[in-house]
Order: sequence, then C-alpha cells, then structure tokens
Amino acid sequence: MDKQRRKFLKIAGASVVAGIGAPVLVKLSSSPALASSDGGHAPVAAGHAPMPDAHGGGHVEEAPEGVRLGMVIDMRKIADTPALLDKAISACVNAHNVPQFPDKKNEIKWIWKAPFENVFTDKSASHTSKRVADTQFVALCNHCDDPPCVRACPTQATFKLAKNGIVAMDFHRCIGCRFCMAACPYGARSFNWQDPRPYIKKYNKEFPSRMRGVVEKCNFCGERLALGQEPACVEACKGTGAILFGDLNDAGSEVRAVLDKEFTIQRKPTLGTKPSVFYIV
Amino acid sequence: MIEKTLKGKPAYWIWLAFLGMFMAIGVACYIRQYNFGLGMTGMSRDVSWGLYISQFTFLVGVAAGGVMLVLPYYVHNYKEFGRITILGEFLAIGAIVMCLLFIMADLGQPMRALNVVLHPTPNSMLFYDAIVLNGYLFLNILCGWVILTAERKQVKPPKWIYFFVYLSIPFAVSIHTVTAMLYCGLPGRHFWLSAIIAPRFLASAFAAGPALIVIACLVLKRVAGFDAGRKAMDKLVTIIIYASILNMFFVGLEFFVGYYSNIPSHKHALEYLFFGLEHHGHVYNNLVPFMWAFVILAFGSIALLATPLARKKNDFYLGLGCVGLFLAFWLDKGIGFVLAGFVPTPLHEITEYIPTANELGVTIGVWATGFFVVTVLYKIAIGVEHEVE
Repeated sequence: MDKQRRKFLKIAGASVVAGIGAPVLVKLSSSPALASSDGGHAPVAAGHAPMPDAHGGGHVEEAPEGVRLGMVIDMRKIADTPALLDKAISACVNAHNVPQFPDKKNEIKWIWKAPFENVFTDKSASHTSKRVADTQFVALCNHCDDPPCVRACPTQATFKLAKNGIVAMDFHRCIGCRFCMAACPYGARSFNWQDPRPYIKKYNKEFPSRMRGVVEKCNFCGERLALGQEPACVEACKGTGAILFGDLNDAGSEVRAVLDKEFTIQRKPTLGTKPSVFYIV
Repeated sequence: MIEKTLKGKPAYWIWLAFLGMFMAIGVACYIRQYNFGLGMTGMSRDVSWGLYISQFTFLVGVAAGGVMLVLPYYVHNYKEFGRITILGEFLAIGAIVMCLLFIMADLGQPMRALNVVLHPTPNSMLFYDAIVLNGYLFLNILCGWVILTAERKQVKPPKWIYFFVYLSIPFAVSIHTVTAMLYCGLPGRHFWLSAIIAPRFLASAFAAGPALIVIACLVLKRVAGFDAGRKAMDKLVTIIIYASILNMFFVGLEFFVGYYSNIPSHKHALEYLFFGLEHHGHVYNNLVPFMWAFVILAFGSIALLATPLARKKNDFYLGLGCVGLFLAFWLDKGIGFVLAGFVPTPLHEITEYIPTANELGVTIGVWATGFFVVTVLYKIAIGVEHEVE
C-alpha cells in the first residue's frame, strides 16, 4: 500500500513539474468514461450524482475526472496527540520558508491552528462535545475544485493545475491586488506586507522565499510531490493517520478508503467551492 | 487650448500651489510606501483592503455621476445643461485619474500592473474594470476635447463624435456596475454578497457626482464669473434628491433583509457599522460614528435641498446641502462599505482597521491630484466659454 502511494505521489508530482501527464494519468483524465471503465478503478459509485449534474451545486459530489489531490484530517487523532499539529505546522514552516512575524497584522499562515467554531463557522458551536471544544482544529487552503480565488485573480497568478487539482501560485506574476484574499471564503491567503526574509527563522534552500507585495498560501507541497515525497504536514504525522493525502478520484486510494468508511465534513460546503480537505470530527 | 491653463488670477495659482503641496506630500509618502511595502498602511491579513480601495470605489461613482448631465442633454435634448455638460465630462476625467492612482497605490507590486493586460483573464472582474475605466477615461477626454474645440471655433461638433457621446452613457453605468461586481460576486463575504450593491452604487453615484458639480458651479460663479444658470442647477438638485432617496431606500432594504430574516451572517456587518459588534466580550465599533454621521448628513441634506430656500434663493444653503450629501455618500461608500465587508473575517474573528499617517498622506495626495486635474480642465472649459462670449 505504502509503496503504491509512493509511486502515485511520484507520478502526480512529476506531472506538476513537467506539465505532462504520465500514461496512467492520461488514461485517468482523458474522459470520465475511461476512468470508470478502467479495471483498476471502480465505476462511479452508486449515490454519486450522474455526470451532467456534477457541477450543479454544493451538495452534489462531482464525477471523478483526472487526479484530484485531497486531504483527510482525523481530528480524533489530533485531539489525542495535540503535539502532532505543532509538528505538522513547523514542518510546513520549515519546508516553505514561511516567515514568523510577531504581530497579527503581518501574519503569514499556510496551515494553522484555530478553534472549531472558527474553522467551521457554519456549523453549530452550541453544545459541542468537550473534546471538540477543547481541541485546536486546523485550517489550510482547501484546494477547491471550483476556487473563487482563481476566478478573481486578474493575472492568472493563481491557478488550478489540471493535472492534480492543486490551486497553485506564481509569485512572480502576482501583482499584489489582494482580490484573491477578498475572494477566499476560508481566509487561507496571506499577503507579504513587507519583506518577509528577515523573519524566516531557518532558511530552506530547496524552496524560494517570497518578496514583499505578493500573496502566498499552502501549495499542497507541489515541490515535494515532484520529488516523490509526501506533503510536509502529512510526513510530520506519518504513522498516526492524523493527516492522509491522496487522489480523491482514485477509488483505490487510502483517502478514499477512509472517506468511504468515516463520516467527514468540509468547510463551508454550501458555497459551492468543493473543498478538497475533509475533516473527521 | 492648453495655453489657457497658463494664465490666471493669483487665486488660481495659489489654489494650484496649495494642491501641489499636498501632491508633494502624497509623492513623499508613496515613496516611503514603495520602498517598504504596503506594511506602511493600516491594512492587515484580515482587512486586506483599506482606504485606497474604498476611495477608488467612491470615486468611480463620482466619475459615473457625470452621466447625469450627458444623458439629459444629449438624449433628451435638455438645453439648460448645455453650459455645464462639459463640467461633468471633465469631472469624470479627474475622478478616474484618482481611481487609477488609488489602484496603483494599492498594488503590492505596482511594476507588474501591466500583467493585467499581458495575461488577460476574462473570468476576473478586475479585468473588466480595467477595460471600462480606461475606456470611460478615453471617451470623456475625446468627447470633452472635440466638443470644446468645436465650441471655441463656434461650429457644430462633428457628427461622428455623437457615436462616442452616446457610447459614454452605457460606459458610465458599466464602470460602477463592474466595480460593484468586484464585491458582490465573492462567496463568503456576506455584506457584499447582495444583488442590490450595483443599483445602490449607481444611486449614490448619481447623487454624489452631480452634488460635486453643483458645488463646482457655485465656486466657479464666485471665482471665475461662470454662471451655470439657475434652471440647470435646479434640475440637477432634483436629480440629486431622487438619487439620494433611492440610495437611502436601498440601504433600508439591506436592513430589512438582515434583520427580518434574522440570519446572523446577514446582520453582522450592519451591526458592526451602525451599532457595534460584540465578540468575545469586546464591542467593536470604530465605524459607528461615521455611519451615523452618514445617515444624519444624508437625511439632513436631502431635507435642506428640498426646501425652496436652497433651491430658489440661497446659494449658501444650496452649497451646504450638496457638500452634506457628498460627505454623506463618501462616508457610506468611501469608508463604510469596503471596510465592513471584512467584518467578520472568514474565520469569524474581528480585526479593525485604522489607517496610518503615511497612508492618509498618500490618500490626500491622490485627492489633491484629482482636484488639480479638474481645476486645470475647468480653467480650459471656462476660458473657452468666456472667449466665445
């Protein structure tokens, strides 16, 4: 299983960098029909909406089409071991040269802790269980299937990668208009109000630092996937099952196995953005 | 015609020098901001747009307001506006110059601004806003200049120009509609997510723009011996009153939807603006005085303008009413509307925004630049009028 996932990540990652699909991906993404007729991948599961309605509304699950990377966060495990979250966050900070500003005004956040009522603003927070109330939840970019930030960006500096569904950024094209920050319903985007470099604690040469005047956010570790590695936060929680990562459209993937088994929720599903991050509460 | 800007009474030069001083302050503040980054402003991760974008939004309205002169004059052949239509067109030029400057001041990477053109993105409303704003600027320069030149030569304007004059009417509506669409199409920003934003923007624009023109006419009457004519002014005031009432009606509708439906997310921003929003034991109410000033000024000014005193006899009360309304809608759109959209944040936290001195310096500099442009253009227009007489 692990070996298979490694292989998949490698392929998915390679396609991020090269911009070309490996044969298996071409097969997956060429048409939904092909994907479902492929022996290795189960047909569209019963209960999923028929394809023409796939983009009809927030509650309708879209038909599998191509690779769509996603995440399942098991809050039960994080509640048991809250230190996991700190590990995941610092792994992300170190991997991406995320600056640590002391003040809230300049804050740059890719993945961060927040209470349930802040992460799930549309879920009732009255009479929540003690565990939920006492646990710090986690927020990050949802890599929406229908991202409002991409719709708003006037320069295509933020865009959705067709190969794997990652909502990525081009720091060199961004003009810093911050339209994407107004558009994101999840508060997932940060702006470099000033030069971030003096605030990078430990510089990682493998990933570029940013300059002032551009927006940034979680990139699902596209650069690590390209090397066949898992996202930094996933790797930090390895072996615990707290954060799982994989192709939501691959019926054989680990994330799908968990999604099929557990009841999960997404953030603000009624907005029709189709988030790719799922939570087990 | 440009030579007309080089001859003037001392008061003209003192006024320009006065504006020039604020422009210089604006440039100095902008250089500081350019070198340090937008961290020089009061904006934050949570309130990511501030005074620059709110001024931009308000001034788009002032620019669009010029159409309230163009439309009656050219479409309905309302002759009384003949003398002042050019003032509407030139005001629009000054207002759009300010809009573009505010956008540039707000960019994190202003040197990359042309990326909007180099990578045109039709799904972004900002792309359309760039098109219509620049288009409207071009149309006003073209129409204003050609018609003024014809007037100076005392000939009829060429027929082809009317195509552009009529084209400028939908453009005026579109600049404010598209600007509203920057806001009202964003999921998760409940205060902005309202179909009435575009009509409300247009209503306040059609009040604030003409109000500024009335003020300009009153000033020009005193300093430049230019009389717009009582009848024209009276008609303008009628337009201003109706547009103002419409705007207040639309604001009221927002209140009804929020409070009758009792959906918290529809009420939060209104509560924050008008009453203060309680959150974790702290009441956030920075904008409350501004919003009540808006309400009082708006209703007070409408009442004042509706009296015969302001309309028929007294220039002072007429000016007072128009200044009041202009201020009211500046508070409404140039302060409240944009900032309240960020309250609460997508994670239901509240961050308040207070502009910095440097940010105010840039803002005042841009306003001064706009007034400078309008002054110079009005000098040309009035100069031509006097020459013809």
